Amino acid sequence: MRISIENFTKSFGDTTVIEDMSLEIGDGEMLALLGPSGCGKSTTLFAICGIHRMNAGRLLFGDADVTEVSSQKRNVGVVFQNYALYPHMNVYENIAFPLKVRKESRAEVDRKVQEIADLVHIGELLQRRPVQLSGGQQQRVALARALIRKPDILLLDEPLANLDAKLRLEMRSEIRRIQLATGITAVLVTHDQVEAMSMCDRIAIMDKGRIVQLSTPKDMYENPSSAFVAGFLGNPPIAFLEGTVADGGFRLANSRVTLPVPSGIELPGDGAPIRFGVRPEFFQPGNPLKVSGKVSFVEIQGREELYDVTLENGAVLRSIQAQSAGFRLGEDVSWGIAQDKVLAFGPDGNRL
Amino acid sequence: MTSSNFRSWPLFLVLGVISMPLVIMYVYLFVDTVTDTTAGSLIPDRFTLHHWRFLWEEPETGRVSIWTVTLNTFIFAICTTLINVSASVTAGYALSRLNMPFKRFFLGGILTLHAFPTITLIISIFLILQMIGLYNTLIGVILVKTALELPFGIWIMKGFFDNVPWEIEMAGLQDGASRFTVWWKLVLPQVQPGVAALAVFVFLSAWSEFILPQVLAPSGSAQVLSTYLSNLIFDDIKPDFNMFKSVGVFYALPVIVVYLIFNKQLMNIYGGGTKG
Ligand SMILES: Nc1ncnc2c1ncn2[C@@H]1O[C@H](COP(=O)(O)OP(=O)(O)OP(=O)(O)O)[C@@H](O)[C@H]1O
Ligand SMILES: [Mg+2]
Repeated sequence: MRISIENFTKSFGDTTVIEDMSLEIGDGEMLALLGPSGCGKSTTLFAICGIHRMNAGRLLFGDADVTEVSSQKRNVGVVFQNYALYPHMNVYENIAFPLKVRKESRAEVDRKVQEIADLVHIGELLQRRPVQLSGGQQQRVALARALIRKPDILLLDEPLANLDAKLRLEMRSEIRRIQLATGITAVLVTHDQVEAMSMCDRIAIMDKGRIVQLSTPKDMYENPSSAFVAGFLGNPPIAFLEGTVADGGFRLANSRVTLPVPSGIELPGDGAPIRFGVRPEFFQPGNPLKVSGKVSFVEIQGREELYDVTLENGAVLRSIQAQSAGFRLGEDVSWGIAQDKVLAFGPDGNRL
Repeated sequence: MTSSNFRSWPLFLVLGVISMPLVIMYVYLFVDTVTDTTAGSLIPDRFTLHHWRFLWEEPETGRVSIWTVTLNTFIFAICTTLINVSASVTAGYALSRLNMPFKRFFLGGILTLHAFPTITLIISIFLILQMIGLYNTLIGVILVKTALELPFGIWIMKGFFDNVPWEIEMAGLQDGASRFTVWWKLVLPQVQPGVAALAVFVFLSAWSEFILPQVLAPSGSAQVLSTYLSNLIFDDIKPDFNMFKSVGVFYALPVIVVYLIFNKQLMNIYGGGTKG
């Protein structure tokens, strides 16, 4: 079901947390709300499910205005960050609770619980208590409970935050598989860019209660609208070079090196401060536009090697290279930037 | 514990010696109720059920039967417990979760009342009860006892509710349950150890209450066991100490039974239910 948030504003007392946000989520789409801690992701999620009332604005599911509809009647499934399983009930009772509330018949409940338990692969755990489950299993139970009523919308608040690295990887694809299998419209709140990029159709990046960019993962990675977005996506992160415009080129700060500016970038006047963003995969020994510096950090990651290169003016560029490149700490190197991949940002952080 | 580097018997010995006087006292208390002792001797020499005659003999004129008094005590303790627990459970939840006006004022008031020495109120309570005609009635004592115990109960239950994760309630609402269903089916089970402990506590406190019934319902049909016991020792021209002890044992029996049944709940207050 399509979700439309129109001019949503939310404040707690005097502090306005979300201001005039509008967002449209398509039917069957999985959208990530990505942003730093405290930017209002959970608040947005809780407004969609009805836990928080909106101070202003409208919320539509499909064509129906649900702004004033109570959470019980919205038919939205929610998975909370700490799963919020009912500790005094076993797994079966947990999953069956939404159906019991609706007074469905025993046979019906039995059938549906069995069906959903098979979907999330917890068929053998039905008699256990939540405390007897591992984190990943609890996660699956929470998913099953959220899905059993066949909700129109599934909301996930940092569902993977409490899992260890390996389980996180597994549950990432599991949640996506289940979302695709049910065709449900889903909103995923996360502050982990890898999660957002790997699981979702589109990403909405939030900062201080506003959506700063809304796009597909690939487009957002290649065409960030601001330095904030560029810095948020990508691991290892993008590196920035500070400098000013000089003679139609980019003069590095505290240095006499001037780099040519890629075509298609509209520069402000001479002397204006700007920034270049260079992603690690575009700073390689083989590229033509050379800059020289000293290797100041080496991290062997098995398949890849990660280098920091400190330039003469003190700025740091990052490079990620295939294994066995074998550069050593302190070595003087002269590597190149892929010129057409450089991202340039103006003084206000917006993309040029 | 059977670890070899820790011998437990010296500890038991010390504890045993220290608690010996207490044990002897209890044993004597019980033995005295079923025996007679020749004057001047310490060792009882005859078995008798004479001291327990209050259980089956008709009470003397002007006295109330022990069974009426026992029933009164049960009514007193159980009603106090029921009213107190239901009020604490609802008020505690409201203070913990609901966004109600004057919340801080209520919390402050409860804390103050909890710390207040209730005995200083007894004169005014006495006057009030007399004015509204509840003096010397069981209902009056029940209401007063409940009111005085309530701040404690509310405070304790609020603490238990505070520990229930907020998300559990939100999940319940999201699952389509009404506010009441959420409270009844999801929240109350989490605080069930607290409810059990509070109930036992209030029951025992009411059972052993002496001052209130003594002042507010001292005589006649509203007597409870504690006042009956004290009347026994003060009223008689010829005091029967062994009978006094028998009534005492009779009075203590329910307390012992309650402890035996519920000691696990009382010990488990902080262990069960809310984890996970
Ligand atoms: N009930 C509340 N009362 C007052 N302020 C609140 C309340 N809930 C959230 N806030 C504030 O609103 C802002 C956004 O909170 P929110 O929980 O949406 O952040 P978030 O993006 O989910 O962060 P995180 O990643 O840490 O969960 C925060 O500054 C927070 O302090
Ligand atoms: Mg949050």
